[in-house]
Parts: sequence; C-alpha cells; structure tokens
Amino acid sequence: MTTPPLLEVKDLSTHFVSAAGTRVVRAVNEVSFTLHAGETLGIVGESGSGKSTLALTILRILPPAARIVQGQINFEGENLLDKSDSEMQHIRGKRIAMILQDPMASLNPLFSIGDQVAEPMRVHEHMGRGGAWARAKELLGAVRISAPETRVREYPHQMSGGMRQRIVGAIAISCEPALLIADEPTTSLDLTIQAQYLSLLSDLQKRYHLALIFITHNLGIVAKMCDKVAVMYAGRMVESGPVRQIFNRPAHPYTEALLRSIPRLTDRRERLTAIEGQPPDMTSPPSGCAFHPRCPKAIERCQEQDPPIFEVAEDQRARCWLADGR
Amino acid sequence: MSEEMPIVEAVNLTKHFALKRGLFSGADRGAVRAVDGISFAIPPGKTLGVVGESGCGKTTTAKLVLLLEEPTGGSIRFLGKELGGLGGVNLRDYRKSVQAVFQDPFASLNPRMRVGTIIAEPLVTNEAIEPPEVKRRIRNLLELVGLPDRAADLFPHEFSGGQRQRIAIARSLAVSPKLIVLDEPVSALDVSIRAQILNLLRDLQARLGVSYLFIAHDLAAVAHMSHEIAVMYLGQIVEMGLSETVARDPKHPYTQALFSAALPSHPEDIREDIILQGEVPSPVNPPGGCRFHPRCPFAMPRCTDEPPPLMLVEGRLTACHLYDPKA
Repeated sequence: MTTPPLLEVKDLSTHFVSAAGTRVVRAVNEVSFTLHAGETLGIVGESGSGKSTLALTILRILPPAARIVQGQINFEGENLLDKSDSEMQHIRGKRIAMILQDPMASLNPLFSIGDQVAEPMRVHEHMGRGGAWARAKELLGAVRISAPETRVREYPHQMSGGMRQRIVGAIAISCEPALLIADEPTTSLDLTIQAQYLSLLSDLQKRYHLALIFITHNLGIVAKMCDKVAVMYAGRMVESGPVRQIFNRPAHPYTEALLRSIPRLTDRRERLTAIEGQPPDMTSPPSGCAFHPRCPKAIERCQEQDPPIFEVAEDQRARCWLADGR
Repeated sequence: MSEEMPIVEAVNLTKHFALKRGLFSGADRGAVRAVDGISFAIPPGKTLGVVGESGCGKTTTAKLVLLLEEPTGGSIRFLGKELGGLGGVNLRDYRKSVQAVFQDPFASLNPRMRVGTIIAEPLVTNEAIEPPEVKRRIRNLLELVGLPDRAADLFPHEFSGGQRQRIAIARSLAVSPKLIVLDEPVSALDVSIRAQILNLLRDLQARLGVSYLFIAHDLAAVAHMSHEIAVMYLGQIVEMGLSETVARDPKHPYTQALFSAALPSHPEDIREDIILQGEVPSPVNPPGGCRFHPRCPFAMPRCTDEPPPLMLVEGRLTACHLYDPKA
C-alpha cells in the first residue's frame, strides 16, 4: 500500500521499574508494526507476553511503574509520545478507542446507559445533552440493542453480559475513532454471544472504516477476524505477517508450536503437540532468545545471542536465527 | 451406546433450585430448572464431553454426579446399581470411585499444605495404609503426572498453573477412581500449557482405563478429548452422540449454531456463520415447547407448545421436530 499507515509503531520499548530502580522488567521490547485504515491486526501471546502493556503504551495509560524507554508511536502522522497529557486526552476516546475484557468493569454502575454512551460526545464534541442522548439511542441501535428508547434510561446491572459488551462497543465508536483497540473483548462471553459480537465488530469496522487491533490469546479470533497477526513472546514481537501466510507457513518455532498445540474441531484424537516447559519469568528472562529453553529447534547460538528481525517472506518477519537466510 | 456396563449412568436426572422470597417459607416463586431430566451413560475408559453455554446446566450436572447436589428427581446408577438406600451402592464407595479436577488450580489446592499431603489426603481418609506405603504412592502419583519427587515437599505457590493442575490430577488419581469429573480443566491455563494437560489426561486414560466426564466451553478441546458429546441447552440434552458424528455433522439447530460459532483453528476453516438472535433465556421460566424455539431459525408452530423428545437421527440422539418422520 502506498498510502501512509494510520499507525506506525517503531522500536517501542516499555519497561517496568521497581521502586528502588534495581529491577527492570522489559514488558515490551523493541516492538515495531504498522496498521492501515480499515485493517485488522491480531496481537497474540500468552499472559505476561506484553500484549496488553503494548496496548496501554499506545494509549499512554500505563501504571506509574512503567516507563516508555524508547521508540515512536506515529498515529495519523504524529508521534503520540511527543504529545502532552492534555493533548492525549483529546485523542483517547475520540481518535483511538479501547474495549476491555470485562464490560462490567468498564461501565459505571451509578450512571445510566444513556449518560455513559453520551459522555464521550459531550466531552470531545461538546454536544448538548439532548443531542448526545439522541445520538446515543442511534448508537445503541447500531450495536443491536433492542428497544434503545427504554434501554438508555436503564443501568448496567439490568443488562446481560453480551449487552454490556455491546454498550461498551457503542461508547467506543461514539466519536467515530480511526483506531479501535479491543483487549480480549469476548473472553467473558458465551460462544453464540461471542459470534454475535464479532460479527457486530466486523460490521462496525466496515461502516466506519475502522482500523482494529485485537489483543487476544485465542488464535481462533485471529483466524476468523484478522488480516495481519503479530505473535508476542516475553515482550518481543517474535513473528508478524499476513494471517494466512503465518498460519500456513510459520517461520518462528513458537508460532509453529502454538498453532500445532490447539485442537482442531475436525481431526479428533490425534495427539497434540505440546510446548514443553513454562513461559519465562519476566523478572529474570533467559539469555539469548527468550524462547530457546522451550524451543525444539534451538541451536547453540540461540542461548547466547538474541536474534534480530529477519524478513522471511513478503511482509513476514521473524525474530529467529533459523530464519537467517545468510 | 456401549455394550459394557457403564461406570456411571444418569437416569432422568433433574435438579431444580426453588426460588423463595422472605425469611421463612415465603411465597414460592417457581424454580430454576438447572438440570431437567437428562440421561447419559459413561462406559469404562471412555470420555463423555458436555458442552453448552453458561446456564445450560453443565456444572450442575457435574455437581450431581459428584453428589455435591442432591437431585430433585431421577437417579444415578453406579456399575448398574442405584445409589444409596437399601441394597444400593454404599455412598462411601461411590465417592471414592468418582473424583474431580476443577477449573482453577489456584483455588482447589490448600496453600497451607505441602503437595505430598494434598495428594495423600484422599488416600489417608479412604484407606488404612502405613506411612511408608503412603510415601511410595505419592512418588508414583507424582511420576504419573510428570512431576519430580521433590515436589512432594513444596507448597502449591511454588508451582505454575499447569503444574498445579498436574497436582490436582495426581490427587484425583490417588484412590484409583473409575471416573474423574473434569470441570473446565484447562480454561484457566495459558495456551501453550493446555496441550500439555490435555495430552496428560489422554495418556492417563490410556494407561489406567479411567473414564472422564469432561465439561468445557471450548468445543475443539471437548471434541478432541471425548468419545461421546452431549450438547446441553437450558438444562436439557438437545443432542448426544459420538464425538465425530456430532462435531462433523450436527443436526439440532442449536448444535449447528454452537459449532458454527466455534472459532476456526485455521483461517481456511472458516464456515458459514449462523448468528443466533437474542440470548439464552432464563432457566427460571424456560420457554414452553422446545426450549430453543424463540432463537431457532427453523422454528415451526408445533415447536412452541410440544417439547420434542430425543430421537435417533443418523446415528445420534437429537431432540428436534425437524427430524420427526411423522411430520
């Protein structure tokens, strides 16, 4: 694509530093990727891989112990790391919105649904209460809440889990953002409700030409929803590329092992290929490539040297010595 | 569906939770029909998988089988005999033969006990054996689940989630049970660890001939682990049959929607979406007739008032009027 990307993350690192400054956890370690308008990127990884910290870094809503130590987040042509806090407030919720895993935690139990859906429009677009509420009703309709006229006056506890998550979706798109980050958006939902929600997100994406980032541990969501995928392990983006290409020809042994460890509905009772060992303790990560203690293909070099990024195919990159073409 | 005598058989098992208002025997406001007349049998060495969404009654079913809830109706048979009562199976024997592994290994292991004591507890309470023998059995159990001997002297907090689940499995195996109820045994684990535990469970089944009642919401994991699958909706079994049959070619419209909603494991596996309207209704006042009719894309007039029985359709049981030959 020749158009400039909507979001370009370059060499981004976020570290957690202990109070005494003696211990450092490299939660996000030199991560780079690009995303164009209308595209969907899936960021997959296990707990502790840094995928959520990456999302929080993009929005700059990190906890106090975290430091963004290097890199750039170029969004709509401007580096978000150069923005002041008040400038960021105008970007969050307006240009970049986020959906979190637990809808009950993202909704305020004391405010009506209408107030919460209207809030971003009143804050960012200075709409009056009446106008914002009228728009809120339309948005509830857009996220397929039945009888929005009565629902706007109700409260989160009166909604089911699926409805709450759709309301969070309505809040997220209220100011027509360019980028929507969804962190495990369907983990707390039942299967058929998850299917409803994912189809809703694709419809919203088409209608508003949204760029979507799915943060998930579920490769199924990536297979179903995403154009591109980035795999994270121990703070590193170990592989990235187009979804089909990665699923068919993974270059990094971790990606390959992850893909082979999930049961498929169609081939029953074949032994799964498990990844031995545990994800690393991030306070004392292994030397060299962080995956080498669990890697079935590790060579001597992997223990000592952290591999750089290699271009393995068009648009596909992997941080693995085996991908070193030379 | 097997010739062999089932280990555990549920006959018309029912559990209603009465809803009452007020401190003393207030007005009866009906009941939550958590499990409503389900029947199944688990043969030796086989796995029955139970799938369904929240509120379908799968966890209540597990609790009924574990005797953690008393059924409102129906019965459980153990090796062909009724539980309890005169001439029935001794409940102590039953409890020893039916063990459980739960979802959260951080909640199911006592943080103040050493792993060896945790694993030995069912042994010590159920069998009169000498301490050296207990030690030997602990070592065997740890080896069986792939943990080192020295694990016995450590505390649960010194282990990761996957290792804790191994400890929970070792404990469930301590008294050589015939059936283990696995309630979401891998949902709390990291993706890369799940396959380890699923493989371990399958190896143990092959080695020890133990049966499993496997309850999970991850359809692919259930299909992978189970010989037979039962699909539950609002307290009833709507479809039950061999795993391949049900997973490859589901017949009940709910099973079809559920399996189409399952996420693909490969981008080229994507199937036609069947998006159901609405959400699972409350089990307090479940819809009349077929309980699925308000969300069913194929609902007919008779579905609203006539509950369909389970019928044999192409090698599996399904409860749907669409397959009634008389219609």
